[in-house]
Amino acid sequence: MTPTSSSTASTASSAGVFDDVVRSESSLRRFLHGLPGVDQVGCEARAAGLATRSIKTTSKAFAIDLAIRMVDLTTLEGQDTHGKVRALASKAMRPDPADPSCPATAAVCVYPDMVATAKQTLGDSGVNVAAVATAFPSGRAAMDIKLADTRDAVEAGADEIDMVIDRGAFLSGRYLDVYEEIAQVKEACGDAHLKVIFETGELQTYDNVRRASWLAMMAGGHFIKTSTGKVQPAATLPVTLIMLEAVRDFREQTGQMVGVKPAGGIKTTKDAIKYLVMVNEIAGPDWLDPDWFRFGASTLLNDLLMQRTKMTTGRYSGPDYFTLD
Amino acid sequence: MSNIFEYAPAPESRAVVDIKPSYGLFINGEFVDGHGKAFKTVNPATEEVLAEVAEADDADVDEAVKAARRAYTRVWSRMSGAERAKYLYRIARIIQERGRELAVLESIDNGKPIKESRDVDIPVVAAHFFYYAGWADKLEHSGYGSTPLGVAGQVIPWNFPLLMLAWKIAPALACGNTVVLKPAETTPLTALLFAEICQQADLPPGVVNIVTGAGDTGRAIVSHPDVDKVAFTGSTEVGKAIARAVAGTDKKVTLELGGKAANIVFDDAPLDQAIEGIVNGIFFNQGHVCCAGSRLLVQESVADEVLERLKRRMSTLRMGDPLDKNTDVGAINSGEQLKRIRELSEVGDAEGAERWEVACDLPTKGFWFPPTLFTGVSQAHRIAREEIFGPVLSVLTFRTPSEAIEKANNTPFGLSAGVWTDKGSRILSMANRLRAGVVWANTFNKFDPTSPFGGYKESGYGREGGRHGLEAYLKGEDS
Repeated sequence: MTPTSSSTASTASSAGVFDDVVRSESSLRRFLHGLPGVDQVGCEARAAGLATRSIKTTSKAFAIDLAIRMVDLTTLEGQDTHGKVRALASKAMRPDPADPSCPATAAVCVYPDMVATAKQTLGDSGVNVAAVATAFPSGRAAMDIKLADTRDAVEAGADEIDMVIDRGAFLSGRYLDVYEEIAQVKEACGDAHLKVIFETGELQTYDNVRRASWLAMMAGGHFIKTSTGKVQPAATLPVTLIMLEAVRDFREQTGQMVGVKPAGGIKTTKDAIKYLVMVNEIAGPDWLDPDWFRFGASTLLNDLLMQRTKMTTGRYSGPDYFTLD
Repeated sequence: MSNIFEYAPAPESRAVVDIKPSYGLFINGEFVDGHGKAFKTVNPATEEVLAEVAEADDADVDEAVKAARRAYTRVWSRMSGAERAKYLYRIARIIQERGRELAVLESIDNGKPIKESRDVDIPVVAAHFFYYAGWADKLEHSGYGSTPLGVAGQVIPWNFPLLMLAWKIAPALACGNTVVLKPAETTPLTALLFAEICQQADLPPGVVNIVTGAGDTGRAIVSHPDVDKVAFTGSTEVGKAIARAVAGTDKKVTLELGGKAANIVFDDAPLDQAIEGIVNGIFFNQGHVCCAGSRLLVQESVADEVLERLKRRMSTLRMGDPLDKNTDVGAINSGEQLKRIRELSEVGDAEGAERWEVACDLPTKGFWFPPTLFTGVSQAHRIAREEIFGPVLSVLTFRTPSEAIEKANNTPFGLSAGVWTDKGSRILSMANRLRAGVVWANTFNKFDPTSPFGGYKESGYGREGGRHGLEAYLKGEDS
């Protein structure tokens, strides 16, 4: 996938919109702290309410195929090998070998040293390679190392970079440091798309999630992403709800769309459909597209495939009928 | 692949409910024929006739009161609180077990979405019986004594048919009273199913009597000389008539009447949640809620933004088949109510307020009114003063907290209010100055059996729910 023209063109314009905001530490703080607060109870009630939507038959089939197309099939383990990454990449291209009508996933997500291997397998299949960079998952490294990490992944062929923000800087109120870090990483990305990971499990409050969302969007992130998957809780419905509201409001203000990626802990088709309902009703149908919404997941894909097979055949096959990678 | 995510119909099955072609009155533990002119109850979403229901005339009501009196003197008032509690717990558990059946029947007869009857009405009904079951053997600690009043005559409305029944019957029975209850004529079916549940629970005959009918039946109950206590929920107009009817008698009365609640949004409010609260405040149950937040008071500095967000949110409301699990807004309960909503909305137009409604296709059959808001409303407009009891929101603005209080209190009603702000101290000061029985902070339309509910001024008197709700059914400490 090449970066969509709208995002590159309008990043420049939105940077102009927020020039005054990011002029100084204090102006940025004033802006972020001036965003409307989030009422925790109300936010969680809204997310729980949307989760009661009943998605059946044709709408379920639509949602399952869409969810498969939105998966960033992920392996981020110390024990990852080239063989494992090749297997995962093959699965991303043909998730269900028994059914050629099954769509491919959006991307595979790996550590930077695995990018070349993934790219080799994926070729021009259209499935992207996403690499986690910037001293993932903790983000605790010097800036030049984070940038080198990013450039290394891009040079190896990564189409997308998933960076982590410096949560320590964010929580101690050094917002401008975080902003500049994102902007610099974005520059190092070149043509690659940038996803900004907040690690919402460490930011803890919904107010922080909203502030981090605006910070990352103003700094030019193409996607905002909940979690690394290494910290609990990872993605939750209410956190994703706040981020979907943020991208919706950002577009109202700037005309520019930013994507959202919940990652970690989304394991079942039922969960995935709850997220899609939320995308549909909070951000709007424009976001129902792999360009604008992704699932960072590994086990989710097989559950989607099992449900997909059940929808088409009427039978529920055991897990042995789906590949384990 | 288009990115239109259409939700396929997801109807809850009607098969769980067995609606009989006709229903009698439930008197002394049995279903008997009524002597009035039977009437029909319809499904407001389709106008399909659901059943024929008996009408209780004066003689039937007299039978019911006699049965209640017998049960009171011979059985219920003599029984220990712990024993009464067992029956109430049993009823609560049966309600939970038959929850789906009750929810489906409520949605069919009332028109409210299954989402609400399933997730709000029926769970809260069960919670009320559980809660008051817990009080039955602890009344000496209530502060209101432990002596029951006798026979309670109870008349309830059509907006929350089974929930209003629970609010009335659970505390009455816990305190040792027996009841004669009349459900609304457009929504009698869940009350009659509740009568079956009383049988199933082996409740002694006569403790609960359900008589169906319209205004005349209600009048017969209220004015019956052997009724010790009258409890009514409904319109202020009928409430006044009841107050007149019982004046000069020694009947105790509680009235829970109309409202025109202000939902006050300050500029520091959590806006996205405030929007949810506004929507829930007025479109929950099609606005057929006495405590509905029907007047939005929004601070001028955020008025445009709030309205824009509100309209966008309203456009995502799903209106249609009440039994579809994805329906947010169901049918108006009756043709008569629809007529009133239309009339008052037309008055809004005529008085110069600007109407905005959700663009949606309304079903051709049944009673429907789209979620609507009026902007440019002032205190002088009728739509800012009269209870519309439908999905119609009047939007007013204010500049300062004092102006908000002044406007919020400037109404003959005083049932509920809402305050939206991130500032805790402001919540407390507003709550102190608002003349309303319930003040919600950063939420709206939340009901819990432990919390008392009731109004100021023309919204009625007496409290239902919580420890305070016991007062209406006990003689007091000194007697």
